[in-house]
Amino acid sequence: MAIPELKESFSGVVFPVTIGTEKEEVFGGENTLPFHKFEGEIPNRPLIAYEIQDIAPEDWPETVKKVYEGVSDDPVKWAKYCEDELKARAIALRLIGTHPDQKDLSADDAVNVVKDVLSAVKVPLIILGSNHVEKDSEVLPKVAEAAKGYNCIIGKAQEANYKTIAAAAMANDHKLIAMSELDINLSKQLNILLTQMGFDKEKIITDPMCSALGYGLEYTYSVMERIRLAALAQNDEVMQPPMFGDVGMYVWKIKETQASEETLPEWGSLEERAVLWEAMTAVGLMIAGAELFVMRHPKAVELVERFVDEMI
Amino acid sequence: MALSGVEIFKLLPKTNCKKCGFPTCLAFAMKLAQRQTTLDKCPDVSEEAKKILGEASAPPVRPITFGTGDKAVKMGEETVLFRHEKKFVNPNAFVLEIKDTEDDATVDAKINDVLTSEINRVGQLLRVDGICITNDSGDAGKFGALAEKVASKAPDVGVVVNTESPEGAEAALKHFSGKGAVLYGVTAENAEKMVEIAKNNKVAVGIKADGLEAAAELTEKVKSLGVEDIVIDSGARKASEILEHNTLIRRAAIKKNFKPLGYPIINFVQRDDAMYEALVAGLGVCKYSSIVVMSSAEKWKNLALFTLRQNIYTDPQVPMQVEQKIYKIGEPTPDSPLLITTNFSLTYFIVSGEIENSKVPAWLAVMDCEGLSVLTAWAAGKFTGAKIANFIKESGIEKEIKHRELIIPGYVAILSGAIEEKLEGWKVTVGPREANGLPAFLRSRAA
Repeated sequence: MAIPELKESFSGVVFPVTIGTEKEEVFGGENTLPFHKFEGEIPNRPLIAYEIQDIAPEDWPETVKKVYEGVSDDPVKWAKYCEDELKARAIALRLIGTHPDQKDLSADDAVNVVKDVLSAVKVPLIILGSNHVEKDSEVLPKVAEAAKGYNCIIGKAQEANYKTIAAAAMANDHKLIAMSELDINLSKQLNILLTQMGFDKEKIITDPMCSALGYGLEYTYSVMERIRLAALAQNDEVMQPPMFGDVGMYVWKIKETQASEETLPEWGSLEERAVLWEAMTAVGLMIAGAELFVMRHPKAVELVERFVDEMI
Repeated sequence: MALSGVEIFKLLPKTNCKKCGFPTCLAFAMKLAQRQTTLDKCPDVSEEAKKILGEASAPPVRPITFGTGDKAVKMGEETVLFRHEKKFVNPNAFVLEIKDTEDDATVDAKINDVLTSEINRVGQLLRVDGICITNDSGDAGKFGALAEKVASKAPDVGVVVNTESPEGAEAALKHFSGKGAVLYGVTAENAEKMVEIAKNNKVAVGIKADGLEAAAELTEKVKSLGVEDIVIDSGARKASEILEHNTLIRRAAIKKNFKPLGYPIINFVQRDDAMYEALVAGLGVCKYSSIVVMSSAEKWKNLALFTLRQNIYTDPQVPMQVEQKIYKIGEPTPDSPLLITTNFSLTYFIVSGEIENSKVPAWLAVMDCEGLSVLTAWAAGKFTGAKIANFIKESGIEKEIKHRELIIPGYVAILSGAIEEKLEGWKVTVGPREANGLPAFLRSRAA
């Protein structure tokens, strides 16, 4: 039976973003909705980066902490382990130790860690601050400078601190994660502010703020779908950067990734539950449009990569 | 295509008799076009108009009920492609497959998994909704025996009877007559016999096709044979195909009002690995599946999938709310700190999560502010000193704790005076502005 024409094409395209030098990775670049290869071009896979920290991950739940036992006390060892053993395509170094409530490490401490990690690995590096607005605007410009020539991603710039961070990313040829809080208009506004100061919109990665499965995932999901529709259907250029899901950080602090089966028998095995939680959160956001992810558990990354294999 | 208001108007009696409850036929036509009323409100409409309008005014995805009694779930009736446009209406059913070649112990365990799958999450009871019995053996006797067991052990649970053999269908379906089951496995080859059996047992039909055109042809055939409650399997098994077919089927129904594809979708997502299978099932949840058939139902897997389904099917226009009460985080004692926040579910989740992170047991007072976040509720006059004081007094927390100290969100520091004034004998402490400051805040107090 003849059926009506159901395929749709769009006028807009998501910007492709290339990171790294020795080993490059590209994500974004599609001209259709997530995984709609039946009606458009999807030139690149989503990119998942393994998360490491500048300090030992004492507050990570056991299920994921134990994976990095013996390497997580040293960012260089940890990064090498991700690159060599886990075959990481990219690494995300979170400078959580610089947070005033953590170790309050200085910008110079951070610079040293960044330099050490950069010279130890070949895969692209994403450098994330501690999400402390003032401290990040002090630390990130210095590490951006130290990483000049490595074509990294620096993040996250927020409305309250974007100027110094974006200026440093621009001066040192890095890409930039721009984060706003779960609102398509705030997201658009921040991207406009960035372009107004001369930052190339094709070097932005939009972070509409992640949420874990069960903890507001539907908000992130719908904001991402709306941003992507604006980029493709309305051809809105400021909405065309690829999107980022900071999955690991949000998932590995909720109850579902920590409560034991003894405490909550109706929730089943903790190990599988926690790993699936991270993978499912990433897959949900991937279906909504995100192309760049930061994750923690190798098993969760493997599951998501397998999912991408079946979708691409 | 859906008819416009003017097109519908042309088919109405144009008498403006008002019997439909609207002032004019045109007003009624406009409401019909927006699917806000139904044609049966007009007593004078012609048979011909009824036929044309009936077709056009039916919901774009046909509603079907799966299971019976308190286990019944509604499917279909969807109206949009993206959840931000309007709420996704009827959450998909999760269905566990049991094969008639599996041994008794496995069958019993699986039935038990379904019956004990219920979990309460944020006030909603969530469960595995159904069982798919599969005629793997090809033997009608074995299949009938499995059907009998499932019907007696799990009465009222929705059942998909999966067989392409009319003998198998006869043997199994008699146990689910009128019980909201689906006879799945209807193909172009066996349609006549199978639809007759489905009709006799008053159950829906699940078509098994290869591609969208074949699916559309087959639903028309089933309809012409007298059954209109249909679920569609387009033959998609690979995840990329599931996305493609489900998207195009939903578009056909909603954007083109193409009736032959205006039915709920059934997807089979069985994989060798339970964790991986959950991800493919998750794709079904996000992308338009009404029945997701899986090979296992472990508790951890159920929890993740139920939660995803709950998230995706939340009404985006109504803020999710949690119940107003004093929540215990950890095992608080009479000396543990008491914090207050509003009942916007996201606020609650983030605040309770961060308290949990702090590992400091605490009492969390969640106040009904109609689902608004702290600042919005404050600005709207719903989170005020007087209201907070009232809530604390009426909550009964004074009997649970020894101290009289209330920690309020940093953003509403301005309220501390007003609360202390209304809440005699209490001290108000201003907490951090953002929830992520709570672990450090609580730990430093506990130290």
